[in-house]
Amino acid sequence: MDTLLDILSWLLLTTGGIFVFAGGLGALRMPDLYTRMHAASVTDSIGPILIITGIMLQSGLALASVKLVAILLFLLLAGPTASNALASAALLSGYKPGGPASSTQDAEK
Amino acid sequence: MIIFLLLLAATWLLWSGLYKPLLLGLGVLSCVLTFLLARRIDYFDNELFALRLSLRLLRYWLWLGGEIIRSSLDVIRIVLHPKLPISPRVIDIKAGAEDPFYQVILGNSITLTPGTLTIDVHEGVIKVHALTEDGARSLEAGEMNRRVAALQET
Repeated sequence: MDTLLDILSWLLLTTGGIFVFAGGLGALRMPDLYTRMHAASVTDSIGPILIITGIMLQSGLALASVKLVAILLFLLLAGPTASNALASAALLSGYKPGGPASSTQDAEK
Repeated sequence: MIIFLLLLAATWLLWSGLYKPLLLGLGVLSCVLTFLLARRIDYFDNELFALRLSLRLLRYWLWLGGEIIRSSLDVIRIVLHPKLPISPRVIDIKAGAEDPFYQVILGNSITLTPGTLTIDVHEGVIKVHALTEDGARSLEAGEMNRRVAALQET
């Protein structure tokens, strides 16, 4: 049973890590701020979900798990709020969505 | 307002469970900072926006979790694709829920789902930046909007 939990936990931690890495890679590859934020949001939505669930399997039914659930909740509530603030600040300061990669779409408008 | 501060302090002590001067000092600092920030965003002038936990909300979170997994995979596929096939666009979504609290839930859910990003909420209209045309279309289909609006009904 313990081995099974360990395997499951490591599986979650590893896939979480892969998602975080891919999100970071995406943030580098994307052309402008808004599209970068899409890539980065992989890092702060599914990344913590998988990683914290993985750590919870390690800590078992303890107070630490309750704290981890609270941390996950705070992350999932505060993360998008910060993203919204960043995106709307960018829009308000006149940074228009649509980089070089979307120039064809801009031409259509 | 005093109750708010006491509540914060109690929460800190319960979570921390350590009574060293340094940690207590940090606790006081966090409580005061939280209080000042809450006052700055007029938290005390409005009706209290507490998270209204319900079974329906938990069910919605489960559905949202599924959406997050699906759209994360979509975004990762785009990121790892050599040609980076993105087609960003901005769309307006009319929120089905009238209560600002549920509009916030909808806006945050949109942001939380990779590939779509809430830029602005103004009078019930949510401005969304989508990474791909497909993402914009599936948001316009409005399943998330319907589900959040259904949360509002009591």
